[in-house]
Amino acid sequence: MAKITYRQALNQAMAEEMERDPSVFLIGEEVAEYQGAFKVSQGLLQRFGAKRVVDTPISEAAFSGLAVGAALYGLRPIVEFMNWSFSFVAFDQLINNVGSLRFMSGGQFDLPMVFRGPSGGGTQIGATHSHCPESWFAGVPALTVVSPAFPEDAKGLLKSSIRSNNPVFFFEGERLYGLEGEVPDADFLTPIGEAKVCREGDDLTIVSGGYSTHVALSAAEALSANGKEADLIDLRTIKPYDFDRVARSVRKTNRLLIVEENKPFAGWGAQIAYDVQHRLFDWLDAPILRVTGLDLPQPYNGKLEAQVLPNVERILAAARQLLA
Amino acid sequence: MVADDPAVAVAEPKAPASSLSPEIQIDLYRQMVRIRRFEEKSAQAFMRAAIKGFCHLYIGQEAVAVGALSVLEARDAVITAYRDHGVALARGTPARACMAELFGKQTGCSHGMGGSMHLFDRAHHFYGGHAIVGSHTAVAAGLAFAQQYENTGGVTLCLLGEGAVNQGVFSETLNLVSLWKLPIVFLIENNDYAMGTSVSRSSAGLPLVNRGSAFDMAGRTANGMDIEDVRAKVAEAINLARTEHLPTLLEVNTYRYRGHSMSDPDTYRTKEEIEEHKKSDPILLYRRKLEGRQVLSDALAKQIDADARAEAQDALTFAEQSPEPDLDFAFSLRFSAEDQIDPIPRPRYSDI
Ligand SMILES: Cc1ncc(C[n+]2csc(CCOP(=O)(O)OP(=O)(O)O)c2C)c(N)n1
Repeated sequence: MAKITYRQALNQAMAEEMERDPSVFLIGEEVAEYQGAFKVSQGLLQRFGAKRVVDTPISEAAFSGLAVGAALYGLRPIVEFMNWSFSFVAFDQLINNVGSLRFMSGGQFDLPMVFRGPSGGGTQIGATHSHCPESWFAGVPALTVVSPAFPEDAKGLLKSSIRSNNPVFFFEGERLYGLEGEVPDADFLTPIGEAKVCREGDDLTIVSGGYSTHVALSAAEALSANGKEADLIDLRTIKPYDFDRVARSVRKTNRLLIVEENKPFAGWGAQIAYDVQHRLFDWLDAPILRVTGLDLPQPYNGKLEAQVLPNVERILAAARQLLA
Repeated sequence: MVADDPAVAVAEPKAPASSLSPEIQIDLYRQMVRIRRFEEKSAQAFMRAAIKGFCHLYIGQEAVAVGALSVLEARDAVITAYRDHGVALARGTPARACMAELFGKQTGCSHGMGGSMHLFDRAHHFYGGHAIVGSHTAVAAGLAFAQQYENTGGVTLCLLGEGAVNQGVFSETLNLVSLWKLPIVFLIENNDYAMGTSVSRSSAGLPLVNRGSAFDMAGRTANGMDIEDVRAKVAEAINLARTEHLPTLLEVNTYRYRGHSMSDPDTYRTKEEIEEHKKSDPILLYRRKLEGRQVLSDALAKQIDADARAEAQDALTFAEQSPEPDLDFAFSLRFSAEDQIDPIPRPRYSDI
């Protein structure tokens, strides 16, 4: 085990997979010479050369579409969006092409590709740069949506995503890149679709993902100081999410709180809440609650943004309501 | 003739007189200095974390916004990307409102919702401050479309960075404005770099002004370190737009002295390269020119500088002392009021 940052974990995952499979390449803005806008691709140009670490003009639609073509032809592109908010320039490629080509061609083509980059708010860069589009993409049937919260999972899940024969939309976080954690030295894969229990408790279940997992963890610690213990489940994969792991916990605690950064309407937590009430109705002692981003475009002002994002205070308020 | 006087002949040759009045020349100079001092204050405030998020400075590029906007009328529309402080100031947005926005305050020109990259000022027909690269170029075409539709006689000036020309939407927009003869001027501020990518690494078919020729657009270039050149070329283009309804693509060569944003370590170019460009600093060059023309005295230059510093300091103090916007205010901004249909229910979908 070595202690490395989330950023280094992603870097190692790409380097190891590029080493292993010559058809894997990285493409995006500032990924090569600048070493990545957030330095996630540090050193990859030097190691793998400009053929496999490709700087692009600011042309998201074109390079995303190009990656689709390369994947149809048999390569395994990793596409970096400097920020997931910029992926909307390429929405047609992502939804119509990545989302449909395999199916529409009667299964003749594979799309073994990863789209990755940071998403989410909390750095005061305003409404156009702070989107959390996990749920929007999860609404597309053919897409797999992954959002690791810890360095180990970042590495293991990115490696799995690169090896997957299906398109994976991989959500990182600017606020996560500097986070340190233990990561195994040996080659390992983290399975897509499996949640992780970060903390055990019998009083309520909290389900979260990505950066929000860390906020939920702080809230769970505050609850513990007040004598209430939460089971905290970090989803890791948003779609397909690990219903069984959530169900096991809900059968134990009978109370469910979902913490997600995206906006409330049709956020992924709404799907989980639907599934749980539908399949575990008799196990619930209280209505399921969700703490989400507030239904506003992201404000620049820092105090407001902190209120708009899921925060410890709002999670505790929800937990109190659930436990009352 | 003065030139025949041998006593004058040995003196330094005088700069050729300008067709611009001394008042205009001094104002052009003053506006550039205002922006420089404002930006230096912004940089300091960012360094002590009073300004957050991204902060893209305009230092080095002042002659572009000031020269270009100096030929516009009040009814014209202006729109730009996220490197917008200088453009807003040149358009007439008060320094206080700009600085307060950088601080995210209620008194900011976007009431604290936009920040540095999203300055807006409807009163001055300044349509933003846009941070998705290339996106605003289509919006600009819409402003020009509406000006034509309403027959206002106004035109639109759209500034964009040279990195933005490779967005598909920009090509689509050039086609539309040329096809429909919209009254618009696109001004590419070519400062050589889009973040760490030099223009030669990102763009085929240089110079960029060529991008207009496939669409039969008029194209001109200007020296962005020479404010009078910028002003003259933009004036021609604006005139073409206003009188002939013909769009123009201008490429203005300039240089940014600071990193892409305050967070950029700026390791992709040498210190020498930056120092070399500073030799053609637009403010310095213009000051020399105006001194040569005896339009600007040392005393007046000092006064202009002192005023600009005082204005920037005043803006900073105002921003620091201004109140923060609150959540109810933010929610109030979500939707316009209805007056032609019944009000639409607007739940918040989250009660926690
Ligand atoms: C669609 C989109 N992609 C990427 C970015 C990230 N980004 C912000 S500014 C920038 C460089 C733009 O350079 P240029 O247009 O030349 O303007 P300059 O910064 O030089 O003023 C990039 C890549 C973005 N904001 N939007």
